[in-house]
Amino acid sequence: MAGQSGTRKHVFSKKIDAFFKGLADAWIFFKRFFQEVFVPPYEFKEVIHQCYRIGVESLPLISLTGFIVGIVFTNQSRPSLSEFGATSWLPSLIAIAIVRAMGPLVTALIAAGKVGSGIGAEIGSMKVTEQIDAMEVSATNPYKFLVVTRVLATTFMIPVLVMYTDFVALMGAFINVNANELVSISTFFAQVFSSVTFLDVFASIIKSVFFGFTIGMVGCYKGYNSSKGTEGVGRAANAAVVISMFLIFIEELLSLQIINLFRVK
Amino acid sequence: MDNREKVVVIRDLYKAFGELEVLKGVDLDLFREENLVVLGRSGTGKSVLIKIMVGLLQQDSGSMEVLGKEISKLGVRDLNDMRLKIGFSFQNSALYDSMTVRENMEFPLVRNVKNLTKKEITLRIEELLEAVGLPQTINQMPSELSGGQKKRIGVARTLVLNPEIMLYDEPTAGLDPITCVEINNLINEVRERYKTTSIVITHDLACAKQTGDRMAVLLDGQFRAMGTFEEVFPHAEDQRIKSFYDYNFINS
Repeated sequence: MAGQSGTRKHVFSKKIDAFFKGLADAWIFFKRFFQEVFVPPYEFKEVIHQCYRIGVESLPLISLTGFIVGIVFTNQSRPSLSEFGATSWLPSLIAIAIVRAMGPLVTALIAAGKVGSGIGAEIGSMKVTEQIDAMEVSATNPYKFLVVTRVLATTFMIPVLVMYTDFVALMGAFINVNANELVSISTFFAQVFSSVTFLDVFASIIKSVFFGFTIGMVGCYKGYNSSKGTEGVGRAANAAVVISMFLIFIEELLSLQIINLFRVK
Repeated sequence: MDNREKVVVIRDLYKAFGELEVLKGVDLDLFREENLVVLGRSGTGKSVLIKIMVGLLQQDSGSMEVLGKEISKLGVRDLNDMRLKIGFSFQNSALYDSMTVRENMEFPLVRNVKNLTKKEITLRIEELLEAVGLPQTINQMPSELSGGQKKRIGVARTLVLNPEIMLYDEPTAGLDPITCVEINNLINEVRERYKTTSIVITHDLACAKQTGDRMAVLLDGQFRAMGTFEEVFPHAEDQRIKSFYDYNFINS
């Protein structure tokens, strides 16, 4: 019995050690980004290439999802508002919900799934097949070429995708509102713009920057530190998605608290 | 007393991974334009040795001088300068699979050699592809190449920077016997044409015999035998070296 409990304690302490070692590794990896990003040589061409991959190649999925979110959210909100005879508030309600929360969250979660897992798997497989070592022995800094470029690309592109999602979701909402309440596009968007403030848009962009940074950083970290073998690549991709999503929700919660401090009561 | 120029000097080199001691006091001299074959069973630290040479791993103790400089004491810039003089051909070729053959070969060139025109880059790439016998693959993706072709392109990519030392990690692993012979010939051609000094890591004795001037057998973390093929094999006294030879040439 005593032996068993000793073994369990040993395993537990090893797990704690591994957890803190993982945290320390992640911190070093995170810190290195800021050490490398401002120092030449700059990989502009690769940043643009990654921006294209992350931005343009995500458009079809983001478009479809944003459009459906707009339609569904409008449909779900209508019964509650109609109980109070307030369906004319639909454009305002939808605009606030989409710009403040749903646009950034939906885009970030989709990007975490598509882009984050892609980065994790790509860098993970490069690690496993010694491509990262090959870069290093040819006197190229793989961190700068692979990590810095991808993190910059996600940080730039996620806010752009969020704005695009906001627009597409609002168009979906407009089609629904137009079909049911016969509201014209000018009236719809007049209501949208009168209810959305500068702070809403600004906060949405700023938190999208953090979401983008998180997706890129977590994907790269998990890929770069994937263990050997194809199983490790799968795990890296999976962990990149799960951890990114978890952190995105935490960031959403924190940003909500911070933004509320700035709202005029 | 050997008066030949020493390119690599290793003394009392130790390397362990956790509790697993891989290299336990390795000593080695590598002479200019020599092809040295390092033999040993899987997991004996052969690849670890050459990875320390290019700074991918760090030794725990001992010294490794390459071209007169102690590798572990080099800063990032000096280490990168040193890496340009060492070509590393990886076991799985390690071609960048999102790039074409041309882009794979351009990658080290455009990053490390300044003021090259597009025409000069293309000429250099075409010359090397010609040298490895694969000029037609220039616009192909690595996924479209066979294992032997990937190895050749991998070698061509390392040659693009005119290295003084070539390190081949298991060059014939996973290849059919005919392609193995072609790769062995390529290793010899590279030495003759580009005047390189080479270390070939392998457990394929046919490859060792065809490419090596000198053999070094790594056992228990140390070189247990060193000399020409005929000196080390086939009448080795150490039973493990003898069985290594037997399994390669007799039992197979």
